[in-house]
Amino acid sequence: MLAGLVQPGLKAQDFLRNSQITGTFQADAALYQPDAAMGITTQSLNGQPIRMNGYTEVNYEYKNFYAGMRFEAYLPPLLGYDPAYQGYGVPYWYVKYKNDLLEITAGNFYEQFGEGMTLRTYQEWTLGYDNSMKGLRVKFMPSKGITFTGVYGVQRTFWIPYENNNRGIVKGFDADFNLNDMFNGFSNSKFKITAGGSFVSDYQAGKTMPYSIDNKTYVLNLPENVACYGGRLNLNYAGFNFYTEYAHKINDPSKMNRYIYRPGDAILLDLSYSRKNLGIEVKSKWIDNFSYKSNRTYAINGLDINYLPAINKEHTYALAAMYPYATQTTGEVGIAGSVVYTIPKNTKLGGKTGITFEVDFSQVNSIRKTPINDSTFIGQTGTLGYNTSFYSIGNDVYWQEIQVDITKKFGKKFKGIFEYLYQTYNIAVVQGHLGAPTVYSQIGIADFTYNVSKKLSLRWELQGLWTKQDNGNWASAMMEITVSPKWFFTISDQYNYGNPEPAKQLQYYNVAAGFVYNTTRIQLAYGRQRDGIICVGGVCRYVPQSSGFTLTITSSL
Amino acid sequence: MKKTTLIFICLSAFLITFAQTEDASARRKTVPVVSIKDIYGNLFSTADINNGGKPIILDFWATWCKPCVRELSAISDVYDDWVKETGVKLYAISIDDTRSSSQVRPYVDGKGWSYTVLLDQNSDLKRAMGVGPIPMTFVLNGKGEIVWSHTTFAEGNENDIIEVVRKIVKGEEIK
Repeated sequence: MLAGLVQPGLKAQDFLRNSQITGTFQADAALYQPDAAMGITTQSLNGQPIRMNGYTEVNYEYKNFYAGMRFEAYLPPLLGYDPAYQGYGVPYWYVKYKNDLLEITAGNFYEQFGEGMTLRTYQEWTLGYDNSMKGLRVKFMPSKGITFTGVYGVQRTFWIPYENNNRGIVKGFDADFNLNDMFNGFSNSKFKITAGGSFVSDYQAGKTMPYSIDNKTYVLNLPENVACYGGRLNLNYAGFNFYTEYAHKINDPSKMNRYIYRPGDAILLDLSYSRKNLGIEVKSKWIDNFSYKSNRTYAINGLDINYLPAINKEHTYALAAMYPYATQTTGEVGIAGSVVYTIPKNTKLGGKTGITFEVDFSQVNSIRKTPINDSTFIGQTGTLGYNTSFYSIGNDVYWQEIQVDITKKFGKKFKGIFEYLYQTYNIAVVQGHLGAPTVYSQIGIADFTYNVSKKLSLRWELQGLWTKQDNGNWASAMMEITVSPKWFFTISDQYNYGNPEPAKQLQYYNVAAGFVYNTTRIQLAYGRQRDGIICVGGVCRYVPQSSGFTLTITSSL
Repeated sequence: MKKTTLIFICLSAFLITFAQTEDASARRKTVPVVSIKDIYGNLFSTADINNGGKPIILDFWATWCKPCVRELSAISDVYDDWVKETGVKLYAISIDDTRSSSQVRPYVDGKGWSYTVLLDQNSDLKRAMGVGPIPMTFVLNGKGEIVWSHTTFAEGNENDIIEVVRKIVKGEEIK
């Protein structure tokens, strides 16, 4: 394959010298052990206490020619990853040719149209998510400021080969225009405009499908081609930026919407202003029936054609991330705002080192749905589902959060981050715990760093979560010692001291040590891991509790 | 499955052989040409990453990545001095996806950082450069060649970065 591209007369040595290779490697291995207090037994581990996920990705580049591949192995997959990952192979490979006018990719590719409302394929290793397309992609840049993209292919789902119409064929077209680049007289304008539009179609063969519900079997007539299209506009003037994107989808009865025939709509509005030391953003999103998958019978994570991330801020402190929100694709309306403000150093208020404040707010509600007629209930299979008006706001609160965050340095060696959050989490809707009461929680976090010397630093995290619902109160403490640049050690504990069931008032202790050398990182940890939901982007994954050793190795070439 | 494994083994063998034949005089890696975005929403080609022949730092980060923010904050405290001394330029490449990429510009401005910020919303550059977990930092010499790279951040790492930049400015060899 590669040899065929060497032109006659070209020395092999040049071929080698003028090319370059990049790559990444990651292995996550675990030795799980039974833990009586946590209810983990040899049986519950399926007799497979040793598990490993690993991958190697290599990219090759020679002049205008690119190629790459990724090998993955899950032997067997770590707890919390879909067992369908069991196995190994090369799920991702591509060859690409690129010049100033044209870019052609054959094989797998990751693509995003606009903000991803109509199409986004991506991979998230920590989540075990990959919906890459395999097929053809052509990008055409006819003149400055204009990009056309066409994609054609099928999506990856675990190791399941594409056969017997087990998923749709996805076709997409996108046009992107930068008006400042397109028109000469406009190129130096302070006012900047970009605009774009996209059209996506998913073809799944099969005009009808039997469907059983409440002991009755119906035959559903299905649209074989499901079209989705959208437009977007970005306006920028000095510190101001406004972005909007709208997308519409034709009727797409699917397991995700309980096979209703309503079309879908989604709109995003985003306004921001910033100047040095001040940043403000307000955004809103309205989503109605907008799950778009290339297999209508899928209700699991996978085969998503579009991307609808949650509107709220993503958290990485353990207790702040205890109740993660995920977009409700059947319908939601959200608003989020944030202000980041720094009082610079060497000012009266900022002192010698300055101080940064951050305030965030987000809320997500249901959309208002009314029955289409007296004899049909809302969301009834085989009907139009319900009526709603554009940007309607329902009464159910799915999520609300207020966050205040202060970052302050105390002299040259000592600094702290202080965070307070108040979260409202509709666990019944978001996690499907029918009848469970909404969780109201207050979270406090203090994160201190002390630089003992240029090489040695200490960090402490203290966190508390207080709630009367779900598992009750939690406390967490962590200490990290870093010997720059090579070594780090952490010890941590999360304690569910407020669990209403005394037997479940567990401590989740963990010790870890790690070594870093250039682009290689090795970490060995021992301890307990609480169960929870990990969300990255728009997708969430449940991770069951576990106990034992974990080893993580990452490296880049 | 057997076939793919065979292909993988063949390619790996090819790559390993390849790596062996690369001698010390072989040119160093450069930044692959990938189309990402600037903070105004315009497409930006990485071929345009440039500092007029002076050293460049590329830092992969995200608004949700605490160690990344600590690293960029630590550098921010001394960045003006670095620029004055060495003429270095830092590109902060955010891998925030569309959940949070619209927040990048207000966040960076609100923090008072004066870096050149780029958006790699779908991790295209991250993949092309073989970047694993973030933060990951690269130092480029005046010719745009990658002379140093490092993953993770520990307090004090910023001193290692500027040491490399100083060596470039002095024309010293970097291992």
